[in-house]
Amino acid sequence: MADLTWIFFSSMIINNFTLMLFLGLCPFLGVSGKIDTALRMGAADTFVLVMTAVAVWVLNTFVLARTPYLRLIAFIIVIAGLVQIVEMVIKKLSPVLFRALGIYLPLITTNCAVLALAIFQTNREYTFLQGIVFAVGSGAGLSLALVLMASIRESIELADVPAVCRGTALVLMIAGSLSLAFMGFAGLLSSS
Amino acid sequence: MNGMVSHAHMHGGGGPPTGRKAPPAREDLLKGFWRENPVLIQLLGLCPTLAVTNSVANSVVMGIATFFVLVGSSFLVSLVRRRVPNEVRIATYIVIIATFVTVAEMILQALVPVIYKQLGAFVALIVVNCIILGRQEAFAGKNPVGRSVLDAVGMGVGFMIMMLIMGSVREVLGSGTLLGVSLFGPRFEPWVIMVLPPGGFFTLAFVLLAIAWWKERTAKQAKAAGAHELAAAERAA
Repeated sequence: MADLTWIFFSSMIINNFTLMLFLGLCPFLGVSGKIDTALRMGAADTFVLVMTAVAVWVLNTFVLARTPYLRLIAFIIVIAGLVQIVEMVIKKLSPVLFRALGIYLPLITTNCAVLALAIFQTNREYTFLQGIVFAVGSGAGLSLALVLMASIRESIELADVPAVCRGTALVLMIAGSLSLAFMGFAGLLSSS
Repeated sequence: MNGMVSHAHMHGGGGPPTGRKAPPAREDLLKGFWRENPVLIQLLGLCPTLAVTNSVANSVVMGIATFFVLVGSSFLVSLVRRRVPNEVRIATYIVIIATFVTVAEMILQALVPVIYKQLGAFVALIVVNCIILGRQEAFAGKNPVGRSVLDAVGMGVGFMIMMLIMGSVREVLGSGTLLGVSLFGPRFEPWVIMVLPPGGFFTLAFVLLAIAWWKERTAKQAKAAGAHELAAAERAA
């Protein structure tokens, strides 16, 4: 149990995917303009991450044990297919949720966080339960970073920023400061 | 590298494409160096640009691996572009890219095992580097083999230039070394933050700032020069 708690907090805060490992930066820079969209993106991300964790566990246990060189190709195909299936299922079961997630769902295929999750999970040889917890923690971390970024961007929208700094440079500087803050969590749990 | 940058400068750095007389082949190659630089201008492939640039050696290896995958995939995609049905083209591109990344992974593992270990998952993550899929979708899937390879070489070199800039700045400031050689001697107190994650964000932010500032300045100068000429012409009339 302690093991699972550690995985959860490590993936959510200490090794935050976005701010510490630079994964999933595209949505972080792209859809972090409003808190509302950031939350939805985070939810969609978490959902796909958990589904991926399940799929990767199945692949690793039953298919890829004897063909490690096919790992990358298998992962990326499964992720692409999975996102498509998830999209269809949500559309069928809950059109409201589908409309809320909108364009963000298909975009997740090319989100490096998802493939990274698959690779980390394989390299660290997580069990089924550990994999799920890792996925939920990473998803929570992504959402946390997205929402933090969106709140900051919403509140500086009317600030008097020099024209040269506007746009990506400003967002990157905010991200750097956030990342700096998250470094403080490094000692939260000792890694032994 | 310096020579290449200044060359690209002369060719395409002057803001609006006024002197676009270059033959298409040269244009295909050179646009990626600067004017359409994938990282700087299109803001693609940011994850590796920030994640593995904490030393020059890592940046160079990552740059070469990405270059290899990009050129290889562009070549193959362009070769098969007429045989691939439109509906499954993205899936086909991804499988081709993943194959080349697997090859690159094995080569790196054999040749530079230490750096391979430092790069970790980011070698495999070349698959989801948006620069590569972007070039297949935007260029190689529609153009003949020769042009696609030139385009890929240009974009690959553009990516490498950015990796080198980021890697040099972060290693020099963060460790006081360049390619492992000490630059300032033992009295230099390294800015450790530059080799840690926040340093990546800050370095890229400042590079983008510098470019924006430089662009604004040249635009102002061009405007001033234009006004000056106009005034002179009016005086002459």
